[in-house]
Amino acid sequence: MSTTIEPVLAPSSSANAGESQLLELSMGPQHPSTHGVFRMDVVLDGERVLRLKPVFGYLHRNHEKIAEQESYLGSMPYTDRLDYICSLTNNWAYALAVEKLAGIQVPERAEYIRIITAELTRFLNHSALIGFLTQDMGASGTPLMYAFRERETILDLFESLTGARMMCNYMRFGGCRVDLPAGWLDQTRKFVATLPRFLDEFERLLATNEILMARTQGVGVMSKELAINAGVTGPILRASGVNYDLRKVDKYGIYDRFAFKIPLGEHGDTYDRYMIRLLEMRESLKILNQALKDIPEGPIVDPKTKIRGFKPRPGEAYGRIESPKGELGFYLISDGTANPYRYRVRSCCMMNLTVLEQLCIGHNVADVVVILGSIDIVMGEVDR
Amino acid sequence: MTLETIKSEIEATVPGCVLEIIPNPSPSAQHSLRIDPAHAVAIVTFLRDAEHLRFDYCSNVTGIDWPVKEISEKVKVKQIVDGIEQEIEEVRKSHTGGYLEVVYHLFSMEKKHGPVILRMRTEDRAERVHLPSLTPVWQSAEFQEREIFDLYGVIFDGHPDLRRILMWDGFKDHPMRKDYVEPDDYEYEPTAHDEVLERARQHRTVMGAL
Amino acid sequence: MFGEGILKGLAETARNFLGSYVSKKRLTTVQYPEERLPQIEAYRNFPFLVYDGEDWQQGLRCVSCFICEKECPPKCIIIEKSTDKKPDAVGKLQFYPKVFNIDISVCMSCQICVEVCPFDAIKMDTDYELSTTNRFSALLWDKQQLAKSNEHYHKIHPTEAAAVDAQLAAERAKVAAKTKAAAEARPASPTTAANTNGSGPNPADKPVPAGSEK
Repeated sequence: MSTTIEPVLAPSSSANAGESQLLELSMGPQHPSTHGVFRMDVVLDGERVLRLKPVFGYLHRNHEKIAEQESYLGSMPYTDRLDYICSLTNNWAYALAVEKLAGIQVPERAEYIRIITAELTRFLNHSALIGFLTQDMGASGTPLMYAFRERETILDLFESLTGARMMCNYMRFGGCRVDLPAGWLDQTRKFVATLPRFLDEFERLLATNEILMARTQGVGVMSKELAINAGVTGPILRASGVNYDLRKVDKYGIYDRFAFKIPLGEHGDTYDRYMIRLLEMRESLKILNQALKDIPEGPIVDPKTKIRGFKPRPGEAYGRIESPKGELGFYLISDGTANPYRYRVRSCCMMNLTVLEQLCIGHNVADVVVILGSIDIVMGEVDR
Repeated sequence: MTLETIKSEIEATVPGCVLEIIPNPSPSAQHSLRIDPAHAVAIVTFLRDAEHLRFDYCSNVTGIDWPVKEISEKVKVKQIVDGIEQEIEEVRKSHTGGYLEVVYHLFSMEKKHGPVILRMRTEDRAERVHLPSLTPVWQSAEFQEREIFDLYGVIFDGHPDLRRILMWDGFKDHPMRKDYVEPDDYEYEPTAHDEVLERARQHRTVMGAL
Repeated sequence: MFGEGILKGLAETARNFLGSYVSKKRLTTVQYPEERLPQIEAYRNFPFLVYDGEDWQQGLRCVSCFICEKECPPKCIIIEKSTDKKPDAVGKLQFYPKVFNIDISVCMSCQICVEVCPFDAIKMDTDYELSTTNRFSALLWDKQQLAKSNEHYHKIHPTEAAAVDAQLAAERAKVAAKTKAAAEARPASPTTAANTNGSGPNPADKPVPAGSEK
């Protein structure tokens, strides 16, 4: 007596006989490497990816509708929780949009403080990212903890300035909430002076590592045309060779006073996206050194701004900044009342996910994790 | 390169299109251009491919809900009363809104200029909510148009994969609309007040004393 | 040589590992809860109500103006105004909150209530070891749990408390100077001289000047 074993995916016809070998896998919302509650439905032929469908919305907290019922200031703590790793740049993007909407001027000292905190945030975001990317590749924790050592010092600086490590709620419309405490500038200068040594150490640790190079070079190549058409922004756009950085294009804040370069990649693969972040951290240090040297005294906030009862004139405005992950924009429509009529977050992580399928096709499942890690998503911003 | 020159160039290139400049009263001075849905794809293809414009980057696609709002304004009207021409104030009621709107923010990565803001309006908020999809022109509109379909209910014709993106697949209704009513799911909350307290009281009387 | 990058990386790891025995900077682990890092002064966790003096009910600065309840983004503050009044720090009669609850399971420590309070009555506490066994009622703090003294405020945020005290003292000095100037500017009226001889003031025919009521 012979027993026949039924195939799991029965072939429907002889023409589709090849299809019966396909495996549909859900790299589900609970996964240690998907950077949050993010699901990818991949169709695999053996180990090769044929189709990939990203599914998100697990962290949708209805931020845009809540903002229609809160006052303009009341939405500021919610913006901290969008991209929860870089809360100060989220605050700045929202404050910029409201300042454009209402025509508020920002004093000079506040602009310097905004740039210092934004570049510190960029540093800590990139260092967390390169730590997490190596963690996803299997270097179980060591480079991550080295990166987090520096991140902890920056978070302590934020805590002494704003009162909280991650949910800072620091920017206000027309400036910043409180002035720098005594000794903060010296502490920051001393800390920033130690950072180049940390970057050198990190590069010695990983940049010429053969395993890293074998797993990232040639993996997930994104062409220039695809990047521009898909609306991808941030370091991954520049890794594909497109010179578009909002700090140089829009010149928001007082970025035009600082001398810094924009690193560009040549190949557009994961290795380029990884090295771009290391290079951008060095450029951030240049900006930080200049800003910490030149910061003037003066008021912290525009004296005419109101904390309560802020009612801008009817109209609309779109304000955007170069957050560490890409272009973060806020589109506000005001109808003259204390609550915005429409509050929209243009989320860079969600736009960067548009290309995920096209980058992963043809690669192995293990590369999907690496490519997703290099795109750098935070689900709080994708889902809002 | 102002919005007026762009408007005249589009009118010269795409025959039959209906454009309107919507001014923006706020200090940001970001005026927008309203385009008609029938010629939308031709207009944006021209904007993307024209040599001096090259708007190759569609940054933001927003959906807005404008429910019907009645506005009454006082208008001075000349009328003949008892043989004498007099100016009387009349109250005129009119309606604004009653449509869904989609706003596109365009920038140029090649020429580094922008933004150009385009608006498209549907005919009403119930049945005639179809608009052409601009995803064949810019892939960046793909997820954002899906989100507008999910949260507002605008149906984009020509979109490669139009289904819900943030809400789950079996969800009914469109949450970001102004007249959205939340489902009645009651959960114990110790600090209920305002409308949550009203709902809690109704549930308590139904469930009996807690 | 193939593998050189890996060896360089391993050398870096060895330097960190062996260095952690000799250098404090490389040994970053703090054995919590036996060891604790010194807390940063500006840290904020959940709000608390400030009271001056000894009696927490009499010295409570809050006058139940509802501003923090209105501005709170997640709406976690619930206030009920009292019907009678009590004297505040300068003796003026003010309303006080009969009920003041904060739901700390909802509070997101955004500090907007502190920013908008015109009376410096609500400030941010720094205690974070707050675990309870009850999910709902233990996380709803009432007025008594929230009221902490001004000395406690000085202990947790010394510079901020000193600035608040200086500002309040300056405001009270200004108000006192104004009432003194108003009292001195009032001319001595003949009814006041007659009052000292008469049986007592007759409230019906003598107007009481403003600023003299206690």
